[in-house]
Amino acid sequence: MDAIMLQEKLVERLLCPRVRTARQKEKQYVGFATLPNQVHRKSVKKGFDFTLMVAGESGMGKSTLVNSLFLTDLYKDRKLLNAEERINQTVEIIKHTVDIEEKGVKLKLTIVDTPGFGDAVNNNECWKPITDYIDQQFEQYFRDESGLNRKNIQDNRVHCCLYFIPPFGHGLRPVDVEFMKALHEKVNIIPLIAKADCLTPNEIKKLKDRIREEIDKFGIKVYQFPECDSDEDEEFKQLDKELKECTPFAVIGSNTVVEARGQRVRGRLYPWGIVEVENQSHCDFVKLRNMLIRSHMHDLKDVTCDVHYENYRAQCIQEMTSKLAQDNRMESPIPILPLSTPDVDTEKLIKMKDEELKRMQEMLNKMQQQMHEKDQ
Amino acid sequence: MAATDVDVFSNEEKRNLSLGGHVGFDSLPDQLVSKSVTQGFCFNILCVGETGIGKSTLMNTLFNTMFENEEASHYQNGVYLRPRTYDLQESNVHLKLTIVDTVGFGDQINKEDSYKPIVDYIDTQFENYLQEELKIKRSLFNYHDTRIHICLYFIAPTGHSLKSLDLVTMKKLDSKVNIIPIIAKADTISKSELHKFKIKIMSELVSNGVQIYQFPTDDEAVSEINASMNAHLPFAVVGSVEEVKVGNKTVRARQYPWGVVQVENESHCDFVKLREMLIRVNMEDLREQTHARHYELYRRCKLEEMGFKDTDPDSQPFSLQETYEAKRKEFLGDLQRKEEEMRQMFVNKVKETEAELKEKERELHDKFEQLKRMHQEEKRKVEEKRRDLEEEMNAFNRKKVAAETLSLSQPLKKDKDKKK
Repeated sequence: MDAIMLQEKLVERLLCPRVRTARQKEKQYVGFATLPNQVHRKSVKKGFDFTLMVAGESGMGKSTLVNSLFLTDLYKDRKLLNAEERINQTVEIIKHTVDIEEKGVKLKLTIVDTPGFGDAVNNNECWKPITDYIDQQFEQYFRDESGLNRKNIQDNRVHCCLYFIPPFGHGLRPVDVEFMKALHEKVNIIPLIAKADCLTPNEIKKLKDRIREEIDKFGIKVYQFPECDSDEDEEFKQLDKELKECTPFAVIGSNTVVEARGQRVRGRLYPWGIVEVENQSHCDFVKLRNMLIRSHMHDLKDVTCDVHYENYRAQCIQEMTSKLAQDNRMESPIPILPLSTPDVDTEKLIKMKDEELKRMQEMLNKMQQQMHEKDQ
Repeated sequence: MAATDVDVFSNEEKRNLSLGGHVGFDSLPDQLVSKSVTQGFCFNILCVGETGIGKSTLMNTLFNTMFENEEASHYQNGVYLRPRTYDLQESNVHLKLTIVDTVGFGDQINKEDSYKPIVDYIDTQFENYLQEELKIKRSLFNYHDTRIHICLYFIAPTGHSLKSLDLVTMKKLDSKVNIIPIIAKADTISKSELHKFKIKIMSELVSNGVQIYQFPTDDEAVSEINASMNAHLPFAVVGSVEEVKVGNKTVRARQYPWGVVQVENESHCDFVKLREMLIRVNMEDLREQTHARHYELYRRCKLEEMGFKDTDPDSQPFSLQETYEAKRKEFLGDLQRKEEEMRQMFVNKVKETEAELKEKERELHDKFEQLKRMHQEEKRKVEEKRRDLEEEMNAFNRKKVAAETLSLSQPLKKDKDKKK
């Protein structure tokens, strides 16, 4: 009897709490805490895309770094040009697209390569093909967005541009400054110090300080990491601070695996030692990879969409409407918000008329004087 | 005169004799050496390479001293050359070393004219020497020779090939100066990459016809080592003035987290080879080559430009003096002609101005006449008017007098007259 009663009590206790808490949960638990999970599921199903542009002189290790970052070989049959062929070379834009997958998450990665940048003897405006390409992608997206069928818009906009600064100089060179100034309002620029294995730690620090100074001096707006929320934990904030103080990253790339300290690592073998790519005391490759892929990839996309693309769009629309305003001054089919451009135009007209009046006045005076003299 | 300066002994027979005892003219080389040691030596190096590639550091490392140098900026408008002369001494040998730096090379966006200042500088040094040579009162033994004996061309270690600027510049310089290409900052290239890189560079130089300096292999004492060194071009160098403790020695090296690159370790870089070749073995040969090949080429081109020839159209040896005379006459003739022309021009101009002045004078005269006439007309008119006025006045006076006399005789009729 006791056993049965015990059993019953147990069953009751088992059942009742569930019922009770279920009722409690029914009162408090709405269920939208699962939203992140839903987003996760959907995004995994949809897949991600990312467009990365690499720019810099030839021989800076761009291809090696890209291969190291994504652990694949994108540049299998590449033909490098001779010096004489490069004397008058123009910049080309070459796209490589790969589909890579990791733990069920698919990534469509597009690398936009810019061979020929800075290689010719006369590099005047050698960045023009690059800015044109970026504008083209924006224009394409703008058109698609304003179109009727918006189901499958392909996003080819460039999300990030890695710019490789040579480590052989004392800081930024004029071509570096001009390139970054031409692009900083169109794309997120992340400057990197290439081939950092030719600099001792002191030299790296000096060069980084120098480059940061010059970026400030010339007013170049490189990609800024977003500020941490104040409720993040200390460790995260510390890491974030370290990351920000480390820019521009000094990177080394390698596709070859060497044996170091008993392990097989990616590195470069020298007679005096082995440089390990993934060793944080050797170079900032790990920081770059973490930043680019593991933590800030989506932020880069967001900034591209929210800031650079919006700027482009606003500019585009302004140009279109001001052109229309010039053509038919009275009305315009699109309702325009009060823009400053028409006033500027009428002001110009007024100025012109004023000048004409002045001129005629002067001529009149002159003629009067002449007549006066003749009389005398 | 010069025609008789040709080798007097060429048509005579030379006989070989053997000596009976020790004469002593085998001390001639020693005399030469001691004389040149007292005179001191002179060496000029030109370093061409982009800013920050390590030119100054390499010079400091090569000569084991700190030449004063400030870091150059990347923002120069053009390329300019900065020569600096130093006096060095080792044992009892004095060396007057001039290091010429190219500041601003490779920094501009448009580098089409980057090679010009360099070529101009080299030509100027040749020109100065030529002028000194052609002087009447000359002192060549005292002359501070500033001609560039060696150009070290610093190639950036990209690992692929030469840059387009490198190719263009070396092509312009190869006929004017001895070029030794070196790969700078070679501690960024691994051994296998270095091998490929060197081969690529040499093949590019050869296929574009760039003549770099070949270490001489005709002197048996040094031919072997020179020949082997020729195969190691371009030298991959690392420069450093900092000292690092390795084992129990302090050597010049660069300290990295992954190891220490020793500058004088032959398995780490080719610095030792460069020093051997440049300073210890071939310095004198470089100076000779500069004088015998590059300078002579320059001199020949320059004199041919001026119109001198070794043989005239009838292929008879020309004398310099005759040519001088002829040139001088020509020049004087030219001068006279020019003077005449100028005088003519002057005279013509004077005539023209005179004619103009005369015209103007005539015009003025006419105007004056016209004005005079007008003036006279007016005067006449005024006179007439005056006369008329006077007449009127007289008439009025008469009337007045008449009226007064009438009024006196007939006081009662005054009112009536007044009314009239």
